[in-house]
Amino acid sequence: MKANDVILQTATKVVFFIIFLFSIHIFFAGHFAPGGGFVGGLLTTAAIVLLLLAFDLKTVQQALPFNFMIVVAIGLVLAIGMGAGSFVFNVPFLTHAFGDFYLPLFGVTSLHTAMIFDAGVYLVVVGSTVTMIQSIGGES
Amino acid sequence: MSLEFVWFIFLPILAAIIVPFLFRAIKNIHTGWFVLIVPVVLFIYYARFVKGILNGEVHISELPWIPSLDISFTAYMDGLSILFSLLITGIGALVVLYSIFYLDKQREKLNNFYVYLLMFMTAMLGIVQSDNTISLYLFWELTSISSFLLIGYWFTRDRSRFGALKSMMITVFGGLMMLGGLVLLSIMGDSYSIRELIANSSSIVGHDYFTLAIVLILLGAFTKSAQFPFYIWLPDAMEAPTPVSAYLHSATMVKAGLYLVARFTPVFATSELWIWLVTGIGLLTLFWGSFFAVKQTDLKAILAFSTVSQLGLIMSLLGASAVAYHVTGEQAAIFKVAAFAAIFHLINHAMFKGSLFMVAGIVDHETGTRDIRKLGGLMSIMPVSFTVAFIGSMSMAGLPPFGGFLSKELFLTSMLSLREFNLFNFDTWGIVFPVIAWIASIFTFVYSFYFVFKTFTGKRKDHELPKKPHEAPLGMLLSPIILAITVVVIFFIPNMVGKAFVNPAVVAMQTGIYTHPGDVGIQVSAWHGWLAPEFLMTLGVIAVGALLFLTMARWQKLYDIQPQYLTLNTLYDSLMIFGETGMNRLSRFYMTGLIRTYFIYMFTFIVTITTGALFIQDAFAVDMNSFSPVNAYGLMTAIILIIAICMVLFAKTRLTAIIALGGVGYSVALFFVIFKAPDLALTQLVIETVSVALFLLAFRYLPSLKSHGETKKIRVGNLLIAAAVGVTMTLIALSAHSQKLIPSISQYYKDTVFTEAAGGNIVNVILVDYRGFDTLFEIAVLGIAAIGVYSMIKLRLSRKEKSDESE
Repeated sequence: MKANDVILQTATKVVFFIIFLFSIHIFFAGHFAPGGGFVGGLLTTAAIVLLLLAFDLKTVQQALPFNFMIVVAIGLVLAIGMGAGSFVFNVPFLTHAFGDFYLPLFGVTSLHTAMIFDAGVYLVVVGSTVTMIQSIGGES
Repeated sequence: MSLEFVWFIFLPILAAIIVPFLFRAIKNIHTGWFVLIVPVVLFIYYARFVKGILNGEVHISELPWIPSLDISFTAYMDGLSILFSLLITGIGALVVLYSIFYLDKQREKLNNFYVYLLMFMTAMLGIVQSDNTISLYLFWELTSISSFLLIGYWFTRDRSRFGALKSMMITVFGGLMMLGGLVLLSIMGDSYSIRELIANSSSIVGHDYFTLAIVLILLGAFTKSAQFPFYIWLPDAMEAPTPVSAYLHSATMVKAGLYLVARFTPVFATSELWIWLVTGIGLLTLFWGSFFAVKQTDLKAILAFSTVSQLGLIMSLLGASAVAYHVTGEQAAIFKVAAFAAIFHLINHAMFKGSLFMVAGIVDHETGTRDIRKLGGLMSIMPVSFTVAFIGSMSMAGLPPFGGFLSKELFLTSMLSLREFNLFNFDTWGIVFPVIAWIASIFTFVYSFYFVFKTFTGKRKDHELPKKPHEAPLGMLLSPIILAITVVVIFFIPNMVGKAFVNPAVVAMQTGIYTHPGDVGIQVSAWHGWLAPEFLMTLGVIAVGALLFLTMARWQKLYDIQPQYLTLNTLYDSLMIFGETGMNRLSRFYMTGLIRTYFIYMFTFIVTITTGALFIQDAFAVDMNSFSPVNAYGLMTAIILIIAICMVLFAKTRLTAIIALGGVGYSVALFFVIFKAPDLALTQLVIETVSVALFLLAFRYLPSLKSHGETKKIRVGNLLIAAAVGVTMTLIALSAHSQKLIPSISQYYKDTVFTEAAGGNIVNVILVDYRGFDTLFEIAVLGIAAIGVYSMIKLRLSRKEKSDESE
């Protein structure tokens, strides 16, 4: 199909990870700096779109063997589960909790349940957009 | 009376439940015999009330239905109710008896027939006994529905269905109007109870709604009782089986309107409008019906028009009876006759019209036709039917020695007495009433003779009859004979009938004038003396009527003068057609199926309503002080944005449009940067990229733009609407910005973003923490969109695959 895309494909292999790492960074930084689940998810999608442009659909599907619809479902379950978890502590739906914890590798870290919720957002955004692009692109 | 008598109203409809089972289980006995028990039992039961009511008692029995809304089934038994109840059950019993011999138990669907009939009986009893206006309306509509079912009993015939639909349309129209009237009445009188409304009538009179309530309630009464111009359903309802015509369309349902007028007379009688409308329309109907009855050639059609005319007569008497409320002293006595005459004629009419319908049914049954042109000389073959028909017709014509004579005399007396009344311009117009009444009586005379003599005398035309005629079986004759005997008996004992049935009813109708049935001191006399005007008028009726009857062949052509397209039936038909095609055309006119059109509607309405509201409320304001200063970056980005938008609008190819749209998106992202919204700018940038990619993916499958071709047509209308929407939104934005009524809550977020939510990015914290609920559903929307895109594409593919396989 794409006969002579060596430069593009080589560049993609590098750039993909840079974008992906940036998206992860933006996702984690979201609570304090601009970013968050939505932008992070979209950036990840953009990375995958780049893969799709450089390689063909089948290669990408082999490289990322996920059913992205299930990713959407996992994201939704995460978000709703996080919200419903507050019932266990007898507080209103979607009440967040946070605190500083000692983690083995990271030391004292501030953890926030909003992160779980944001991870749900992230997964839904990635799943949805990739599903759409794959379905539309896959038709050709 | 131990068992509450309100329950007895429901006896027929409860009995109706078991009728279909009886019909299926017991094949060799006519189902009608079982049904007959119901009206007979009820008749005997109601007859026991007569004595008490004669002594001035009234009975009330209540069955709560919706107590919180003050709605109940309240049965109120006074003179008027008992009279109607006895008519309904008595004639009901006779009609059921007649139908047993009229309807064949093998060929007819008797289960349907008797269920409808019993339903109707409950509905009628409910109307005449209801004290609660809401339950009155409920039963009122139940009569419309059951009568619809009964008229359409032979539903395989076109004419039956047409007649059923027509009667339904007209009576339900009236019923709904009446509901409006009743609601207004209950608002004015502050009660649903008719008794209390009558007691509160002083507060009702002169209320703002008073006139409207009169008109609405009278619309209900006039449509049900087939008054001009709503009588047109009655002749078409003659497609019903004859027992139905005899029962519904002579004795009971058409009298529901009369009942209503009589019942509400104490409330409305003080109104001039009421007297004029009821009397005037009644007389017009009387004349109109009697005039057109002579034109008919179908036996039942003659009877239908005669019913219309007689109902008009009773209606006019009811109107005249309201006059009694306006006069006092010496004069009052003569106006009180009208109420008595109305009730008396109502009884008479139920008797003779019932018997006449039954005779018409017998003739139809035994000869196979109801066409009067094919009938003749049946007297010697059917002597009993002839006798009954003769008695009925003579009573209808108002000749002695039959009940009809007495009521006609009373009618003429009442109409003559209207001349004496000198309120509401009656002294100038009063003379019109007796004159119309007299002319109508002549025509009544003519059609009565026409009915009986064209059918039973003259030459036999056996070759034209589908069947060989012979006398009907005794069972079929029994009911009309009983009714005919009653007609004769009434003539000889009018004062007993008057005392037992009419006086209590008059008291119920004219509460406030009488308190006890014994007070109604009206004596019916068959003889007024040689020079009494009633007697002379009757003589005149007989003389002119006989002359007209003998010369009928010569002047009957007069009826052909009125062209078909000027009749009320044509008016009704064209109204129906107009309703159907007109509405069809209207909806086809605006429901074009083009989304573009609907957008035009929506935008036009948005612009009209919002700018209208803006200017009516005087809400438009521009406060220059609240504006921020414009910087160079903002200005430049705005210029880029505008250029990009213009490119989208005027692009000749899709690709240009898509790229320009991307330009718009990126300049919006720039705006977000300028206005210090980094999260939005990031998201906008990425989403714009992804959506442009999607556009490009979809781009190559799209057909080339037609309207974006070389000669681009600018639609002025679209341009105007687009400009208007833009201007509207700008105006609203300016006004909203210039008038901040309450301070923003953003300060709270700024203060608590770290302490409460342990975050630094307010936007994200709002998204996931303060208002995470919204985000939850936004990601749900996103997921649904993805699933939608996926399934649309995959399902389309699988369908394509399927069709490939089938090929």
